[in-house]
Order: sequence, then structure tokens, then C-alpha cells
Amino acid sequence: MKARMTMTVSETEELQSGIYSMTLAFPKNTHLTVNPGQFVGIYPNDQTALLPRPISVCRWDEKEDMIRLVYRIAGKGTREFSGAGWGDTFNVTGMLGNGYDLSEMAGKRVMILGGGIGIPPLLELACRLKEKPGTRVTAVLGYRDSNMFLREEFENASYRVYIATEDGSAGTKGNVLDAVREQGIAGNTDIIAACGPMPMLRAIKCFAGEHGIKAFISLEEHMACGVGACLGCVVKTKNVDEHSHVHNARICTEGPVFDAADVDI
Amino acid sequence: MEINIAGVKFRNPVMTASGTFGSGMEYAEFVDLTKLGAVVTKGVASVPWAGNPVPRVAETYGGMLNAIGLQNPGIDVFCSRDLPFLEGFDTKVIVNVCGHTEEEYLEVVDRLADEKSVSMLEINVSCPNVKQGAIQFGQDPKCLAEITGKIKDRAKQPVIMKLTPNVTDISEMARAAEAGGADAISLINTITGMKIDVERQKFALANKTGGLSGPAIKPVAVRMVYQCAGAVRIPIIGMGGIATAEDALEFMLAGATGVAVGMMSFHDPETAVNVAAGIEDYLVRHNISDVNEIIGAVQV
Repeated sequence: MKARMTMTVSETEELQSGIYSMTLAFPKNTHLTVNPGQFVGIYPNDQTALLPRPISVCRWDEKEDMIRLVYRIAGKGTREFSGAGWGDTFNVTGMLGNGYDLSEMAGKRVMILGGGIGIPPLLELACRLKEKPGTRVTAVLGYRDSNMFLREEFENASYRVYIATEDGSAGTKGNVLDAVREQGIAGNTDIIAACGPMPMLRAIKCFAGEHGIKAFISLEEHMACGVGACLGCVVKTKNVDEHSHVHNARICTEGPVFDAADVDI
Repeated sequence: MEINIAGVKFRNPVMTASGTFGSGMEYAEFVDLTKLGAVVTKGVASVPWAGNPVPRVAETYGGMLNAIGLQNPGIDVFCSRDLPFLEGFDTKVIVNVCGHTEEEYLEVVDRLADEKSVSMLEINVSCPNVKQGAIQFGQDPKCLAEITGKIKDRAKQPVIMKLTPNVTDISEMARAAEAGGADAISLINTITGMKIDVERQKFALANKTGGLSGPAIKPVAVRMVYQCAGAVRIPIIGMGGIATAEDALEFMLAGATGVAVGMMSFHDPETAVNVAAGIEDYLVRHNISDVNEIIGAVQV
């Protein structure tokens, strides 16, 4: 279900240089369901920056009817968001995208692979999977260095957390797949859920293919409308897409989560 | 608030601009389509087109660039899926048509001839004419007049030629469309632009250039509508950065009968509906009983 609403800023925090957290309250009595991996289109109040910024939901508080976004400053809009404070309001379109399919992962051994700013949406996934009996979540988080935002939250939501840092200051030196190989955990995995930079997702697609493991990856692309009308944000697909009738699927609508085997990245 | 273009009556002058409203399905959740004069669909080709490689949109100051490349599912799917959807709403439907060759345009025009729910055709002549070294149909007056004539020979619905602003003399193009038999013209389509990402030292668009739309282009669009209104007698549908009723009224005072809201639907899907309501308020405030009185009414 999609709606355009005015959301109110509740908490804001700078987690580390350039990475911010913002909690937004839905308007009273909204009660939209949030799937892990879905995103919102949040509009800067600066009227010269007209397009919605697509930011994934990091955590959903169903009881309080709030969502937490964790994002990095990428440009004009996100810079404006980083300066927001309690009580500020933003126009928001949500909930957008498909999100991860919990029913596919429930009761299984799930490996969550998060790279850098791809980590936030995976937290909601981990927390929701924790509620599903028999599901075991192993999280592998890749960071640049020992500034490891959301690590503690993942520790509380997962069976095990492994770390990779590019500079080697914590965990495995390298990226998430280096950590997976070093720890030898591929064999205990039924399904992968990943989010992060494109080179990481490409490598995961290959890795999952080699090991015969189904992998769901969350993609991003520059968007304009965010709701499936403009056809800006497409990814090439292996098969002809049912909606477009060409080898393109809309990341904002058919995605952002795709079976890695179905997309040509 | 009623207007009439080539015999087709619209409840109000406000339409959605092609390419910005999909084929209505995506925005039907947010917008009451029955409050609009018409929905103008995304460009439809004779076969599915995939469009350009990504990235194919980029924000700019007060606007955006797009190089989508006219991705569309083709006329078959349009007729079997998209048109039936729009038929469910009480609003006029104008179908935008694109093609690489005259034959491709005509194939779509022929297929739509029996569709009773299609009120008008809007011909996108910003497509590169692959038989003429990829110059756009709308960038050469002879080509424009010729394709207009060929389409008019076959079309059952009235024909609007949508003009590209990327020309030296827009009124020459307007005259060419009128000479070819166009029932109306719509303008402007997007203005060719470019954005460079300085941190990555790369083009923001895979296609390098794209079409600029949004509030940034409005002054160019208003000027072109005014020039065309002085050059031809056929009705004009004006568009280019309309965000408010005031913007729309500029176009109408410059000579436009109808107006279209495009990019601003991405900013606020209610824009077109609000523009229609605002035009109505304006008429009341100025004691004008018929919206047609303001068409071309800008005083010298």
C-alpha cells in the first residue's frame, strides 16, 4: 500500500562521519505495514531539489507507528536531512518496493551479507527473522574501518555476527566474502540476503551461483518518481519482465529486492 | 472550465504530460483521475522498446534530466492491458505515439484507429529518424510536415504534433505541423541538457545527454508557446515546468488552450489536480465566466 504523507522527525543522531540516523513518525492512525527491505521516498524541503530520495527502512516500530532510517550524506537532499531535528516534517511517499520475502527465509539458515551503507535495511530483516521459529540468522557485515555502525543491534538480532573491515582493524581484512571464506560458513547456509555496493552484489551473485545457494539482493539506481511510472530505475533481467515486456525491471516496484539469478548485473 | 480541442471536449484544460504518469496505473492510487481534463499516456511504439542504459535520470536545480529512451511495452500490451485500465476512469485519454520510421508510427496509428476510448493522438517527433541520419523528425520542417501529413491520412482521431524545443525556430516547426494538417500542437518537449558528476568525473547519464524538464524550463516553454500562438491558428497545449495554477495561466495567457503537468507529478502527484482547482479560483477572482476568455489574452 502506498501513500503520500507528512512524517514528523522524532530522533536524529550522527552515527559516524557522514552517516546519520533519523526516526520518523507516521501521521496518526496510518498503520502501514512495512516489509524488511522496503523504502520510502523522502522529499527535501528545499524546493529546488524536487525528487524524492529513496532511503531504506532500517527499523520499523509497529507499536509506535515509526520508522528509523539510517543513511549517508550523498548530496543536497541527504545533507538537508542530516540537519533535521525533532518536530521537523517531511513529505514522504511510502511504502515503496517489494522488500525481502520472509516466508522464503522462515525456518532456514539465513546468511545476511551487508556492505557499508547497505547494512541498515538488513537490520529490520534480521529482527523480523528472529521472530520466526527455527530461523537462524548469521550476519556478515563489511565496513571500511573500525567505525562499525549498527553492529551492536545486529549482535542482539542474530545468532552470530562476523565482521570484515577493509583496513583490517577488526575481523577479517577485506570484504564480506573474504570473511565468509575465512570463517568457512558457506556450507551452513540455505539462503542469502544481501545489500551493499554493486561490485559486492556481483560477487555475491557469482558466489551464490557457485555454491548453489539462493541469494536475494537489494539493488539501487537513480530514481525520479519512485512509484513505477517514469521507468528511470531499471535493472536488466535475465528473462522478459512481465510488466515491461522487455528485459528491464523497475527497481522501485519489481524490486529493490531481486533473486540474484534473475538479474543481469 | 471546459475546453474544446479539434472537437474533443475536456472538462478542464489540465492534462498529464506523456512519460510522467505511466499509463495511469501507478498514480491512480494517489490521484483522482476524474478531476483531470485528460491523461496523456507514455509514448507507445509498434513493438516493446527497452530504452537506454542506466543511469537514465538525474536531478538538476529546479528540474531533472531524463534519458529513459522511450521504454514502453509496445502497442499490443498497451491495447490489451493499459487502455482497458484507463477506460475504467471518467477522463479523456490521449495516446502518445513514437517510432523510428514512418512505418512504425503508422502501425500504431492504424492499431489505435478502432479504439473508441482514445480521444486524440499525440505524436512524439523527438524520436530520431533512423532513415535520416537520426535527426529527430521534429527538427526538420520538411520531415515534420511530411510525417504529420502521412499520419493525418490514416488517423481516425484528431492528431496533436508534440514539438521539440531543440530547434532554431519553433514557429517554423509549428507552421510545418499546421501545414501537414495537424489538428493541434503540444509543446515543449524536453530541452537537451547534460550533467557531470564532479566527484566521480563521469557523466551523470549513461547516454551523456538527456532531456531537461521541470520548473527550470518554464520561461523557455512560455516563450515558445507565445511564438507559436503568433504563427499558427490551430490550438496549442502548453507544458514545461508547470507546478502551480499561476504557471499554467502563464501558458494560457500566452496562447495555450490546454496545459500539461509533467515532472512536478513526481514531486507531488496532486499537482495536476491542484492546478485545475487553482485555475478555477483564478476565474472566480477575476470574474471570468469562461476559461476560454484567457487564451492568448496577454496584453501587449
